[in-house]
Amino acid sequence: MLENSVPLSHYLMLSATLFVIGIAGVLIRRNVIVVFMSIEIMLNAVNISLIAFDNYMNLSNGQIFSFMVICVAAAEVSVGLAIIIALHRNKPSVNLDDFNLLKW
Amino acid sequence: MELLIFYPLAGFCVALALGVIFNKSPVGSAISLIGMMLGLAGIFVLQQAHFIAILQIIIYAGAIMVLFMFVIMLLNLKQGENEGWASREKNLLLSVLTGFLAIGILYKIWQVLFSVDMDTPASLPDSFGTVAVIGETLFTDFVLPFEVASILLLTAMVGAVVLAKTKLD
Repeated sequence: MLENSVPLSHYLMLSATLFVIGIAGVLIRRNVIVVFMSIEIMLNAVNISLIAFDNYMNLSNGQIFSFMVICVAAAEVSVGLAIIIALHRNKPSVNLDDFNLLKW
Repeated sequence: MELLIFYPLAGFCVALALGVIFNKSPVGSAISLIGMMLGLAGIFVLQQAHFIAILQIIIYAGAIMVLFMFVIMLLNLKQGENEGWASREKNLLLSVLTGFLAIGILYKIWQVLFSVDMDTPASLPDSFGTVAVIGETLFTDFVLPFEVASILLLTAMVGAVVLAKTKLD
């Protein structure tokens, strides 16, 4: 029998901290690529709490779920980076404030 | 004992995550993010989820971050385009908003966590988190999501090719 001596609350605090850092990156930074990386930080933060609850409840469903999250992240990154390349071809900039074509 | 491993790893992850959003150049951010992914893989190992830890290293730190670096190099960002993190007009407003959001989320979680006793450690079977157990669950209870994931990845592949094509005709 394995025993995990790190309490659940520690993992959840770590997860919340990383999620907040990700939100801060999305809201504050204006570089498209860094905003995209902040989204990855948020996805990873969710994975930590999924697996922490899994560990706490002795289930495998949370690990399947984080497996799916990783799949979706891979798909999202490939499409998102293709969009960034297409945008950059039309307007050579990576500053989010320059892309306001769909605003209002 | 495990706390002695957990605290340095968690601090490492948080420091590198801060490094991602405060770094001036995108390459520096990407390298910090790779470090954060590796630290998180360590945390997953600590949580006995070995399979997810390996996936984290292969897919995130390997494939996804290589794709990020590839695009950063492809776009060939000039120095003038590397804005500092405080370059937006409405940035003060957004920063204050982020601050409130952060304090709110952390306070709420803190409040819930320390009012409920959730710290009784579960005792896990030796097979927890191994490829055998995950694979069994994945191919019995979660076959349909697994197949849908393959369709998702195929669609993403086609979508990426179509979007990145030079001429859309």
